[in-house]
Amino acid sequence: MSQPARRDVLKSLALGGGLTLIVGPVAHALAPRPPGQPADPATRWALLVDTRACKVDCAACVDACNREMGLKQPTDPDFDPAHDAQYIRKVTLRDPDTGHTTAPPVMCQHCAKPPCVDVCPTGASMQRADHIVQVDKHLCIGCRYCMMACPYKARSFVHQDLTDQKPHNPRGKGCVESCNLCVHRIDRGEPPACVAACQRDGGGAMVFGDLADPNSDLNRRLAEAGGHRIRADLGLDTGVYYQGL
Amino acid sequence: MPHAVPYRPLNGHARGFWLVLGLLGLAIAGGLGAAHLMHHEGHIITGMTNQVVWGLPHVFAVFLIVAASGALNVASIGAVFERPLYKPLARLSALLAMALLIGGLSVLVLDLGRPDRLTVAMTHYNFKSIFAWNIFLYTGFLVLVGAYLWAMIDRAGARVYKPAAYGAFVWRLVLTTGTGAIFGFLVARQAYDAAILAPLFIAMSLVYGKAIFVLFLMAVCRASGRPLGGVVLRRLQRLMGIVLGAMLYFVAVHHLTNLYASEHHGIEAFLLRDGGPLTTLFWGGHVLLGGLVPLYLLLAPRLGGNRRALSAAAVLLILGGLTQVYGLIIGGQSAPLVLFPGFEVSSAFADGVVASYVPSPWEVLLGLAGVAIGLVVAVVGCAALPILPADLSDAAIDPDHVADTLDEQDGALAGTT
Repeated sequence: MSQPARRDVLKSLALGGGLTLIVGPVAHALAPRPPGQPADPATRWALLVDTRACKVDCAACVDACNREMGLKQPTDPDFDPAHDAQYIRKVTLRDPDTGHTTAPPVMCQHCAKPPCVDVCPTGASMQRADHIVQVDKHLCIGCRYCMMACPYKARSFVHQDLTDQKPHNPRGKGCVESCNLCVHRIDRGEPPACVAACQRDGGGAMVFGDLADPNSDLNRRLAEAGGHRIRADLGLDTGVYYQGL
Repeated sequence: MPHAVPYRPLNGHARGFWLVLGLLGLAIAGGLGAAHLMHHEGHIITGMTNQVVWGLPHVFAVFLIVAASGALNVASIGAVFERPLYKPLARLSALLAMALLIGGLSVLVLDLGRPDRLTVAMTHYNFKSIFAWNIFLYTGFLVLVGAYLWAMIDRAGARVYKPAAYGAFVWRLVLTTGTGAIFGFLVARQAYDAAILAPLFIAMSLVYGKAIFVLFLMAVCRASGRPLGGVVLRRLQRLMGIVLGAMLYFVAVHHLTNLYASEHHGIEAFLLRDGGPLTTLFWGGHVLLGGLVPLYLLLAPRLGGNRRALSAAAVLLILGGLTQVYGLIIGGQSAPLVLFPGFEVSSAFADGVVASYVPSPWEVLLGLAGVAIGLVVAVVGCAALPILPADLSDAAIDPDHVADTLDEQDGALAGTT
């Protein structure tokens, strides 16, 4: 394949710059949300995980999530895998035919049509205008029907009293909780803790962005290489895409 | 119009009455203590985990709620299907239906993570949730059956007798459909996600409800020295046998249709072959002791009218019913959820492994308290209201004593229910 001529490259850059000027600044780029301003319904926050860049033994995203949200680390001596909350986990997948192994992170998939929201009797399980799915801890009665309904095992139940909670993630015994995409960070204009950690300490496998923004890096990558969604057959229109599965 | 039969309440001054209430009170106190402890310490003291989120309390609650709608069936046969033989039993049928529902709902509420937020559940509704719909279905059932009971007891209520009877009959079908839909709507769980769960739950309700009704009737008649003739028992025996056959049919269809589809082979292999104690409970508890044995006891011609066979069948059906609901609720959660079909999976959150569950004593106490609450409502109701006929002997409830003719009608009668 021949190298592109310098003139062609310059032409492309000029065209790209011109298009950017025409479109204007990225409509829903990550920026702080001023207090009192409601979440933007035109935004669809989403994640992309490139499993080819996600090392099987790397848990940077899990560690960062646990630190950010005030959860116990699996390495803690008093960690109880049956009862302690896990908002994000690495799931090791092995193809029995080929032996190929990957370990993508799995968390709340922030469905556009979330079953947890459908089944919740009180409306505690709710979807923010920008499609982030979370639990209103004031309305949760602890019936756990959302946990039964979630196809991704993304939810945890608080089984006992907790101490040392993070102010941005108040947790209550008897309530259900899950990944909320670090909504407090997003509102500050920062990416979720798992994504930041993956970019900083991991393989750079996780990308966060606005699915509704055609110019987002996330959309560009999806347009180039496509993406797979877990249990897409359920038609839940999840907001977490995977590449390389 | 209500059937003209003399009614005699239970003797509220009898020592046995207070002994029974005392024992039931102890069971309720034990359950309330367990619920208080669960609320104080959290669900960490139960056998429930993040994998098995509904445990033994849900088994008791679902069993009692399903049985409640079935217990009403005797009244419905009398009023809706115009079978006069059952009309003297209609009041007890309605009372038991309300009592069992109250018992089941009590367990459900006390097992919430935040039972103190019951007011939230009553003031915030998500109308897309079948759970929220069930709150209306349960309260509506209590109101309708209460009106039906009042219309049977008080002449002033005679005008609403038919509408309440028909309304309660339709409502109970919808209610049990709603309870089945709680599981049927769980599209992601391989053990559920089936429309057949709705009719299966209706068949289950007929079996459990009738079993409890027959046992309660026999026990209360014996304890209060009330004659109980063989005609009505014989009829109930055959009816129970037929609805049990219908329920086993739905169970078979549920599993056989799953076995037809490759995607469900995993869950069926787990439930029917590889599930260890759950598989043993299915074949030994639900199918054999809770299904085939009572089917024989109820339908074998030489056991027709045999009271021991009837009461033994009723006990087996109650235990088999609890086993069935246990297998449905615990088995459905223990089986690994399939997120990545075709892959071998593992994680720190129990992906790809069978979740274990051992009920704690607190859960047992809470579940039994639900049964006790239902029985207290039923026993006190029988003492405070004219619920129980004074005489249920064949001559009293079947003046023409045409037992043979009635027996011939059994098939047609059961077919209509």
